[in-house]
Amino acid sequence: MVVINFISSKGILKSVNATEGETIMDCAKNNDIHEIEAECGGGCSCATCHVYIQDEWVHKLDAPTEMEEDMLDFAIDVKENSRLSCQIKIDKALDGITIQTPEKQF
Amino acid sequence: MGNPIQTDALIIGAGPVGLFAVFELGLLNLNCHVIDILNKPGGQCAQLYPEKPIYDIPAYPVITGQDLTENLLKQVKPFSPIFHHEQLADKIRKQKNGNWLVETDKGLVFDVKAVVVAAGGGSFEPKKPNIQDLDKYSKSIRYSIDRVDHFKNKDIVILGGGDSALDWTLQLYDIAKSLTLVHRRDKFRGAPATVEKVMGLRDAGKIQFHVGQVNEIIGSDGNLTAVKCVKENKILDLPCDILMPFFGLTMSLGPVDKWGIDLSDERIVVSTETFETSIPGIYAVGDINTYPGKLKLILSGFHEAALMAHAVFKRINPDEKHTLQYTTTSSSLQKKLLNQ
Repeated sequence: MVVINFISSKGILKSVNATEGETIMDCAKNNDIHEIEAECGGGCSCATCHVYIQDEWVHKLDAPTEMEEDMLDFAIDVKENSRLSCQIKIDKALDGITIQTPEKQF
Repeated sequence: MGNPIQTDALIIGAGPVGLFAVFELGLLNLNCHVIDILNKPGGQCAQLYPEKPIYDIPAYPVITGQDLTENLLKQVKPFSPIFHHEQLADKIRKQKNGNWLVETDKGLVFDVKAVVVAAGGGSFEPKKPNIQDLDKYSKSIRYSIDRVDHFKNKDIVILGGGDSALDWTLQLYDIAKSLTLVHRRDKFRGAPATVEKVMGLRDAGKIQFHVGQVNEIIGSDGNLTAVKCVKENKILDLPCDILMPFFGLTMSLGPVDKWGIDLSDERIVVSTETFETSIPGIYAVGDINTYPGKLKLILSGFHEAALMAHAVFKRINPDEKHTLQYTTTSSSLQKKLLNQ
Protein backbone atom coordinates (compact mmCIF):
# COMPACT_ATOMS: atom_id res chain seq x y z
CA MET A 1 0.00 0.00 0.00
CA VAL A 2 1.06 3.52 -0.80
CA VAL A 3 -0.34 6.63 0.89
CA ILE A 4 -1.56 9.48 -1.29
CA ASN A 5 -2.43 12.84 0.27
CA PHE A 6 -5.07 14.88 -1.51
CA ILE A 7 -5.55 18.51 -0.53
CA SER A 8 -8.76 20.09 -1.78
CA SER A 9 -8.97 23.63 -3.16
CA LYS A 10 -10.39 24.60 0.23
CA GLY A 11 -7.31 23.20 1.96
CA ILE A 12 -8.84 20.03 3.37
CA LEU A 13 -6.46 17.07 3.56
CA LYS A 14 -7.59 13.53 2.86
CA SER A 15 -4.99 10.77 3.04
CA VAL A 16 -5.89 7.50 1.38
CA ASN A 17 -4.34 4.12 0.71
CA ALA A 18 -3.65 3.42 -2.93
CA THR A 19 -2.71 0.29 -4.80
CA GLU A 20 0.42 0.19 -6.89
CA GLY A 21 -0.35 0.08 -10.58
CA GLU A 22 -3.54 2.12 -10.43
CA THR A 23 -3.46 5.76 -11.49
CA ILE A 24 -3.83 8.78 -9.23
CA MET A 25 -7.17 9.34 -11.00
CA ASP A 26 -8.37 5.79 -10.17
CA CYS A 27 -7.32 6.33 -6.58
CA ALA A 28 -9.17 9.67 -6.41
CA LYS A 29 -12.37 8.21 -7.89
CA ASN A 30 -12.21 5.21 -5.55
CA ASN A 31 -11.91 7.51 -2.57
CA ASP A 32 -14.55 10.12 -3.45
CA ILE A 33 -12.18 12.96 -4.17
CA HIS A 34 -14.90 15.09 -5.73
CA GLU A 35 -12.71 17.76 -7.29
CA ILE A 36 -11.52 15.20 -9.83
CA GLU A 37 -14.17 14.70 -12.50
CA ALA A 38 -12.49 12.34 -15.00
CA GLU A 39 -15.28 12.64 -17.54
CA CYS A 40 -13.59 10.39 -20.10
CA GLY A 41 -12.72 7.72 -17.55
CA GLY A 42 -8.94 7.89 -17.82
CA GLY A 43 -8.31 8.13 -21.55
CA CYS A 44 -6.32 11.39 -21.52
CA SER A 45 -9.17 12.82 -23.58
CA CYS A 46 -10.90 15.43 -21.44
CA ALA A 47 -8.55 17.24 -19.03
CA THR A 48 -11.02 16.99 -16.15
CA CYS A 49 -8.73 15.01 -13.83
CA HIS A 50 -6.32 17.95 -13.58
CA VAL A 51 -4.26 18.19 -10.38
CA TYR A 52 -1.33 20.18 -8.97
CA ILE A 53 1.65 18.19 -7.73
CA GLN A 54 3.33 19.57 -4.62
CA ASP A 55 6.65 21.10 -5.69
CA GLU A 56 9.01 18.62 -4.04
CA TRP A 57 7.29 15.75 -5.83
CA VAL A 58 7.18 17.24 -9.34
CA HIS A 59 10.60 15.91 -10.33
CA LYS A 60 10.00 12.48 -8.90
CA LEU A 61 7.41 11.85 -11.60
CA ASP A 62 8.14 10.93 -15.19
CA ALA A 63 7.75 14.01 -17.36
CA PRO A 64 4.36 14.35 -19.06
CA THR A 65 4.09 12.91 -22.54
CA GLU A 66 3.34 15.08 -25.54
CA MET A 67 -0.24 13.73 -25.44
CA GLU A 68 -0.67 14.81 -21.82
CA GLU A 69 0.83 18.26 -22.52
CA ASP A 70 -1.58 18.69 -25.43
CA MET A 71 -4.53 17.73 -23.28
CA LEU A 72 -3.40 20.06 -20.47
CA ASP A 73 -4.07 22.92 -22.91
CA PHE A 74 -7.74 22.21 -22.24
CA ALA A 75 -7.49 22.25 -18.46
CA ILE A 76 -8.50 25.28 -16.43
CA ASP A 77 -5.92 27.26 -14.37
CA VAL A 78 -2.89 25.34 -15.56
CA LYS A 79 0.32 25.98 -13.59
CA GLU A 80 3.93 24.77 -13.78
CA ASN A 81 3.05 21.83 -11.52
CA SER A 82 -0.12 20.82 -13.37
CA ARG A 83 -0.62 17.20 -14.38
CA LEU A 84 -3.47 14.97 -15.50
CA SER A 85 -3.95 12.43 -12.74
CA CYS A 86 -5.01 9.68 -15.17
CA GLN A 87 -1.49 9.70 -16.60
CA ILE A 88 0.33 9.10 -13.32
CA LYS A 89 0.75 5.45 -12.32
CA ILE A 90 1.24 4.86 -8.64
CA ASP A 91 4.35 3.01 -7.48
CA LYS A 92 6.29 2.72 -4.20
CA ALA A 93 8.33 5.82 -4.99
CA LEU A 94 5.16 7.91 -4.73
CA ASP A 95 4.43 6.87 -1.14
CA GLY A 96 3.45 10.05 0.69
CA ILE A 97 2.99 12.25 -2.39
CA THR A 98 0.84 15.34 -1.88
CA ILE A 99 -1.54 16.40 -4.59
CA GLN A 100 -3.71 19.47 -4.67
CA THR A 101 -7.01 19.37 -6.53
CA PRO A 102 -8.22 22.49 -8.38
CA GLU A 103 -11.33 24.48 -7.58
CA LYS A 104 -12.86 23.59 -10.91
CA GLN A 105 -12.30 21.19 -13.78
CA PHE A 106 -14.47 23.04 -16.32
CA MET B 1 -42.71 28.09 -33.94
CA GLY B 2 -42.19 26.60 -37.41
CA ASN B 3 -44.13 23.71 -38.92
CA PRO B 4 -43.46 20.61 -36.85
CA ILE B 5 -41.55 17.71 -38.41
CA GLN B 6 -43.65 14.57 -37.93
CA THR B 7 -42.07 11.20 -37.32
CA ASP B 8 -42.40 8.20 -35.00
CA ALA B 9 -39.47 8.81 -32.68
CA LEU B 10 -37.08 11.64 -31.99
CA ILE B 11 -33.70 10.48 -30.78
CA ILE B 12 -31.70 13.00 -28.80
CA GLY B 13 -28.03 12.19 -29.24
CA ALA B 14 -26.20 10.67 -32.21
CA GLY B 15 -23.67 8.68 -30.20
CA PRO B 16 -23.32 4.91 -30.61
CA VAL B 17 -26.41 4.13 -28.54
CA GLY B 18 -28.57 6.75 -30.29
CA LEU B 19 -27.49 5.30 -33.64
CA PHE B 20 -28.24 1.75 -32.60
CA ALA B 21 -31.65 2.92 -31.33
CA VAL B 22 -32.36 4.01 -34.93
CA PHE B 23 -31.57 0.45 -36.03
CA GLU B 24 -33.75 -1.28 -33.45
CA LEU B 25 -36.68 1.09 -34.05
CA GLY B 26 -36.18 0.67 -37.79
CA LEU B 27 -36.52 -3.11 -37.56
CA LEU B 28 -39.96 -2.46 -36.09
CA ASN B 29 -40.90 -0.09 -38.92
CA LEU B 30 -40.56 2.99 -36.79
CA ASN B 31 -38.99 6.05 -38.42
CA CYS B 32 -36.59 8.36 -36.62
CA HIS B 33 -35.12 11.79 -36.71
CA VAL B 34 -31.94 12.30 -34.72
CA ILE B 35 -30.69 15.57 -33.22
CA ASP B 36 -27.27 16.23 -31.75
CA ILE B 37 -25.47 19.24 -30.30
CA LEU B 38 -22.27 18.36 -32.19
CA ASN B 39 -21.68 18.96 -35.89
CA LYS B 40 -21.17 15.25 -36.65
CA PRO B 41 -22.52 11.90 -35.50
CA GLY B 42 -20.64 9.72 -33.02
CA GLY B 43 -21.03 11.58 -29.74
CA GLN B 44 -18.17 11.12 -27.28
CA CYS B 45 -16.67 8.40 -29.51
CA ALA B 46 -16.18 10.91 -32.30
CA GLN B 47 -15.60 14.03 -30.21
CA LEU B 48 -13.48 12.87 -27.27
CA TYR B 49 -11.65 9.80 -28.50
CA PRO B 50 -12.04 9.13 -32.26
CA GLU B 51 -8.59 7.52 -32.53
CA LYS B 52 -8.61 5.58 -29.28
CA PRO B 53 -9.14 1.83 -29.45
CA ILE B 54 -12.18 0.34 -27.70
CA TYR B 55 -11.76 -3.29 -26.63
CA ASP B 56 -15.16 -4.22 -25.20
CA ILE B 57 -17.51 -4.11 -28.16
CA PRO B 58 -18.77 -7.68 -28.67
CA ALA B 59 -17.24 -9.36 -31.72
CA TYR B 60 -14.73 -6.54 -32.24
CA PRO B 61 -11.46 -7.40 -30.48
CA VAL B 62 -10.50 -3.78 -31.08
CA ILE B 63 -12.18 -0.88 -32.85
CA THR B 64 -11.68 2.90 -32.75
CA GLY B 65 -14.44 5.32 -31.80
CA GLN B 66 -14.43 6.65 -35.35
CA ASP B 67 -14.74 3.21 -36.96
CA LEU B 68 -17.48 2.20 -34.54
CA THR B 69 -19.40 5.34 -35.54
CA GLU B 70 -18.90 4.70 -39.24
CA ASN B 71 -20.04 1.08 -38.94
CA LEU B 72 -23.16 2.11 -37.04
CA LEU B 73 -23.96 4.73 -39.69
CA LYS B 74 -23.68 1.98 -42.31
CA GLN B 75 -25.89 -0.28 -40.22
CA VAL B 76 -28.70 2.30 -39.88
CA LYS B 77 -28.56 3.40 -43.51
CA PRO B 78 -31.42 1.12 -44.67
CA PHE B 79 -33.73 3.00 -42.32
CA SER B 80 -32.83 6.45 -43.69
CA PRO B 81 -32.79 8.36 -40.42
CA ILE B 82 -32.65 12.14 -40.77
CA PHE B 83 -29.94 13.88 -38.77
CA HIS B 84 -30.13 17.44 -37.51
CA HIS B 85 -26.78 18.58 -36.15
CA GLU B 86 -25.89 21.44 -33.81
CA GLN B 87 -29.36 21.27 -32.28
CA LEU B 88 -30.02 21.21 -28.56
CA ALA B 89 -33.34 19.76 -27.40
CA ASP B 90 -34.75 22.62 -25.40
CA LYS B 91 -38.49 22.49 -24.66
CA ILE B 92 -40.98 19.68 -24.61
CA ARG B 93 -44.78 19.77 -24.49
CA LYS B 94 -47.34 17.01 -24.46
CA GLN B 95 -50.17 17.27 -26.97
CA LYS B 96 -53.81 16.23 -26.60
CA ASN B 97 -53.33 13.16 -28.83
CA GLY B 98 -50.47 11.90 -26.61
CA ASN B 99 -47.71 12.96 -29.00
CA TRP B 100 -44.81 15.11 -27.88
CA LEU B 101 -43.73 18.44 -29.34
CA VAL B 102 -40.00 18.96 -28.92
CA GLU B 103 -38.41 22.28 -29.80
CA THR B 104 -34.67 22.79 -30.28
CA ASP B 105 -32.64 25.87 -29.38
CA LYS B 106 -32.47 26.72 -33.10
CA GLY B 107 -36.25 26.59 -33.46
CA LEU B 108 -36.77 23.17 -35.10
CA VAL B 109 -39.97 21.53 -33.87
CA PHE B 110 -40.73 17.79 -33.87
CA ASP B 111 -44.12 16.20 -33.42
CA VAL B 112 -43.39 12.63 -32.34
CA LYS B 113 -44.95 9.61 -30.72
CA ALA B 114 -41.89 8.84 -28.60
CA VAL B 115 -38.84 10.76 -27.41
CA VAL B 116 -35.66 8.78 -26.83
CA VAL B 117 -32.98 10.52 -24.79
CA ALA B 118 -29.65 8.96 -25.76
CA ALA B 119 -27.59 11.94 -24.73
CA GLY B 120 -24.65 10.18 -23.02
CA GLY B 121 -22.99 12.48 -20.55
CA GLY B 122 -25.39 15.24 -21.60
CA SER B 123 -24.87 18.01 -24.07
CA PHE B 124 -21.42 19.33 -24.80
CA GLU B 125 -20.79 22.91 -23.78
CA PRO B 126 -17.67 25.05 -23.79
CA LYS B 127 -15.44 24.98 -20.71
CA LYS B 128 -15.32 28.34 -18.99
CA PRO B 129 -12.09 29.72 -17.60
CA ASN B 130 -11.94 30.26 -13.84
CA ILE B 131 -12.02 34.07 -13.82
CA GLN B 132 -13.92 36.10 -11.27
CA ASP B 133 -17.03 37.91 -12.57
CA LEU B 134 -16.87 36.06 -15.88
CA ASP B 135 -20.65 35.71 -15.96
CA LYS B 136 -21.15 39.47 -15.49
CA TYR B 137 -19.54 40.02 -18.87
CA SER B 138 -21.30 37.24 -20.72
CA LYS B 139 -22.16 39.49 -23.68
CA SER B 140 -18.45 40.24 -24.19
CA ILE B 141 -17.40 36.60 -23.95
CA ARG B 142 -17.87 34.36 -26.97
CA TYR B 143 -17.33 30.64 -27.31
CA SER B 144 -18.36 30.54 -30.95
CA ILE B 145 -18.91 32.96 -33.77
CA ASP B 146 -22.32 33.65 -35.21
CA ARG B 147 -21.73 36.74 -37.31
CA VAL B 148 -18.23 37.79 -38.21
CA ASP B 149 -19.21 41.49 -38.40
CA HIS B 150 -19.75 41.52 -34.61
CA PHE B 151 -15.97 41.30 -34.41
CA LYS B 152 -15.21 44.18 -36.75
CA ASN B 153 -12.89 46.83 -35.29
CA LYS B 154 -12.89 45.18 -31.89
CA ASP B 155 -10.00 44.40 -29.60
CA ILE B 156 -10.15 40.62 -29.41
CA VAL B 157 -8.31 38.33 -27.01
CA ILE B 158 -8.32 34.61 -27.84
CA LEU B 159 -7.32 32.06 -25.18
CA GLY B 160 -6.07 28.56 -25.94
CA GLY B 161 -3.78 26.67 -28.27
CA GLY B 162 -5.96 24.12 -30.07
CA ASP B 163 -7.54 24.18 -33.50
CA SER B 164 -10.45 26.41 -32.48
CA ALA B 165 -8.20 29.11 -31.02
CA LEU B 166 -5.92 29.03 -34.07
CA ASP B 167 -8.68 28.86 -36.68
CA TRP B 168 -10.53 31.82 -35.21
CA THR B 169 -7.29 33.77 -34.99
CA LEU B 170 -6.83 33.32 -38.73
CA GLN B 171 -10.45 34.14 -39.41
CA LEU B 172 -10.66 37.31 -37.33
CA TYR B 173 -7.25 39.03 -37.28
CA ASP B 174 -7.79 41.17 -40.35
CA ILE B 175 -11.22 42.50 -39.39
CA ALA B 176 -10.39 43.06 -35.72
CA LYS B 177 -8.88 46.28 -34.44
CA SER B 178 -6.36 44.13 -32.60
CA LEU B 179 -6.07 40.43 -31.92
CA THR B 180 -4.08 38.92 -29.08
CA LEU B 181 -3.60 35.20 -28.66
CA VAL B 182 -2.77 33.96 -25.15
CA HIS B 183 -1.68 30.38 -24.55
CA ARG B 184 0.02 28.67 -21.62
CA ARG B 185 3.02 27.51 -23.65
CA ASP B 186 4.63 28.26 -27.00
CA LYS B 187 3.63 24.91 -28.47
CA PHE B 188 0.31 24.44 -30.20
CA ARG B 189 -1.91 21.47 -30.66
CA GLY B 190 -3.34 22.53 -34.01
CA ALA B 191 -2.62 21.33 -37.53
CA PRO B 192 1.01 22.19 -38.43
CA ALA B 193 0.01 24.33 -41.42
CA THR B 194 -2.36 26.37 -39.24
CA VAL B 195 0.28 26.83 -36.53
CA GLU B 196 2.72 28.02 -39.17
CA LYS B 197 0.24 30.59 -40.49
CA VAL B 198 -0.48 31.93 -37.00
CA MET B 199 3.23 32.21 -36.21
CA GLY B 200 3.68 34.03 -39.53
CA LEU B 201 1.07 36.57 -38.45
CA ARG B 202 2.88 37.04 -35.14
CA ASP B 203 6.25 37.53 -36.86
CA ALA B 204 4.68 40.05 -39.23
CA GLY B 205 3.25 41.97 -36.27
CA LYS B 206 -0.32 41.36 -37.36
CA ILE B 207 -1.28 39.67 -34.12
CA GLN B 208 0.16 39.68 -30.61
CA PHE B 209 1.03 36.39 -28.96
CA HIS B 210 1.75 35.92 -25.26
CA VAL B 211 2.71 32.80 -23.34
CA GLY B 212 0.71 33.35 -20.20
CA GLN B 213 -2.65 33.17 -18.55
CA VAL B 214 -5.52 35.63 -18.32
CA ASN B 215 -6.70 35.75 -14.73
CA GLU B 216 -8.64 38.99 -14.40
CA ILE B 217 -11.12 40.87 -16.55
CA ILE B 218 -11.99 44.55 -16.40
CA GLY B 219 -14.94 46.49 -17.71
CA SER B 220 -18.18 48.22 -16.82
CA ASP B 221 -21.90 47.62 -17.40
CA GLY B 222 -21.23 44.14 -18.68
CA ASN B 223 -18.84 45.36 -21.38
CA LEU B 224 -15.23 44.29 -21.22
CA THR B 225 -12.50 46.87 -21.75
CA ALA B 226 -9.34 44.96 -20.83
CA VAL B 227 -7.96 41.72 -19.44
CA LYS B 228 -4.93 41.13 -17.25
CA CYS B 229 -2.50 38.51 -18.44
CA VAL B 230 0.20 37.02 -16.25
CA LYS B 231 3.35 36.47 -18.30
CA GLU B 232 6.52 35.30 -16.55
CA ASN B 233 5.57 37.00 -13.26
CA LYS B 234 4.73 40.25 -15.03
CA ILE B 235 1.18 41.43 -15.48
CA LEU B 236 0.19 42.78 -18.88
CA ASP B 237 -2.93 44.84 -19.49
CA LEU B 238 -4.42 43.83 -22.81
CA PRO B 239 -7.19 45.92 -24.40
CA CYS B 240 -10.18 43.66 -24.90
CA ASP B 241 -13.75 44.17 -26.14
CA ILE B 242 -14.34 40.47 -26.79
CA LEU B 243 -12.75 37.55 -24.96
CA MET B 244 -12.84 34.16 -26.65
CA PRO B 245 -11.80 31.23 -24.44
CA PHE B 246 -11.21 27.91 -26.25
CA PHE B 247 -10.53 25.24 -23.64
CA GLY B 248 -12.54 22.46 -25.21
CA LEU B 249 -15.91 21.09 -24.25
CA THR B 250 -17.48 19.56 -21.22
CA MET B 251 -20.79 17.81 -20.71
CA SER B 252 -23.84 18.73 -18.69
CA LEU B 253 -27.38 17.40 -18.56
CA GLY B 254 -28.66 20.64 -20.11
CA PRO B 255 -32.34 21.52 -20.63
CA VAL B 256 -33.50 17.88 -20.10
CA ASP B 257 -32.96 18.75 -16.43
CA LYS B 258 -36.07 20.94 -16.56
CA TRP B 259 -38.42 18.51 -18.27
CA GLY B 260 -39.75 17.14 -14.99
CA ILE B 261 -38.32 13.65 -15.49
CA ASP B 262 -37.23 11.83 -12.31
CA LEU B 263 -33.47 12.03 -11.93
CA SER B 264 -30.98 10.42 -9.61
CA ASP B 265 -27.52 11.93 -9.32
CA GLU B 266 -27.93 13.79 -12.64
CA ARG B 267 -28.98 10.63 -14.46
CA ILE B 268 -32.45 9.75 -15.77
CA VAL B 269 -34.23 7.03 -13.83
CA VAL B 270 -35.71 4.34 -16.11
CA SER B 271 -37.58 1.05 -15.94
CA THR B 272 -35.29 -1.82 -16.94
CA GLU B 273 -38.17 -3.50 -18.75
CA THR B 274 -39.05 -0.64 -21.11
CA PHE B 275 -36.38 2.01 -20.59
CA GLU B 276 -39.22 4.43 -20.15
CA THR B 277 -38.63 7.38 -17.82
CA SER B 278 -41.03 8.61 -15.15
CA ILE B 279 -42.91 10.34 -17.98
CA PRO B 280 -44.71 7.92 -20.33
CA GLY B 281 -43.56 8.30 -23.92
CA ILE B 282 -40.11 9.58 -22.96
CA TYR B 283 -37.38 6.94 -22.93
CA ALA B 284 -33.71 7.09 -21.95
CA VAL B 285 -30.91 4.76 -23.09
CA GLY B 286 -27.14 4.68 -22.71
CA ASP B 287 -24.92 6.57 -20.29
CA ILE B 288 -27.61 9.15 -19.49
CA ASN B 289 -29.87 6.70 -17.65
CA THR B 290 -29.57 4.95 -14.33
CA TYR B 291 -31.10 1.87 -12.74
CA PRO B 292 -29.96 -0.69 -10.17
CA GLY B 293 -26.85 -2.40 -11.49
CA LYS B 294 -26.30 0.08 -14.34
CA LEU B 295 -22.96 -0.25 -16.11
CA LYS B 296 -21.93 2.69 -18.25
CA LEU B 297 -20.80 0.64 -21.22
CA ILE B 298 -21.62 1.01 -24.90
CA LEU B 299 -22.75 -2.62 -24.99
CA SER B 300 -25.28 -2.00 -22.19
CA GLY B 301 -26.67 0.88 -24.24
CA PHE B 302 -27.16 -1.43 -27.23
CA HIS B 303 -29.19 -3.86 -25.12
CA GLU B 304 -31.22 -0.99 -23.69
CA ALA B 305 -31.95 0.30 -27.20
CA ALA B 306 -33.45 -3.06 -28.23
CA LEU B 307 -35.77 -3.25 -25.21
CA MET B 308 -36.71 0.39 -25.58
CA ALA B 309 -37.63 -0.11 -29.26
CA HIS B 310 -40.00 -2.96 -28.45
CA ALA B 311 -41.60 -0.92 -25.66
CA VAL B 312 -42.04 2.04 -28.02
CA PHE B 313 -43.65 -0.26 -30.59
CA LYS B 314 -46.15 -1.53 -28.03
CA ARG B 315 -46.95 2.00 -26.89
CA ILE B 316 -47.60 3.17 -30.45
CA ASN B 317 -49.44 0.00 -31.55
CA PRO B 318 -51.17 -1.25 -28.40
CA ASP B 319 -53.52 -3.55 -30.31
CA GLU B 320 -51.08 -5.03 -32.76
CA LYS B 321 -49.81 -8.54 -32.13
CA HIS B 322 -46.08 -8.34 -31.84
CA THR B 323 -43.58 -11.16 -32.06
CA LEU B 324 -39.83 -10.98 -32.04
CA GLN B 325 -38.37 -11.57 -35.47
CA TYR B 326 -34.79 -12.51 -36.27
CA THR B 327 -32.73 -10.84 -38.97
CA THR B 328 -31.35 -14.28 -39.89
CA THR B 329 -34.72 -15.78 -40.73
CA SER B 330 -37.33 -13.06 -41.23
CA SER B 331 -37.86 -12.34 -44.91
CA SER B 332 -39.58 -9.03 -44.14
CA LEU B 333 -36.64 -7.84 -42.03
CA GLN B 334 -34.20 -8.97 -44.70
CA LYS B 335 -36.14 -7.07 -47.32
CA LYS B 336 -35.88 -3.91 -45.23
CA LEU B 337 -32.19 -4.38 -44.53
CA LEU B 338 -31.18 -5.18 -48.09
CA ASN B 339 -33.37 -2.59 -49.74
CA GLN B 340 -30.76 0.14 -49.37
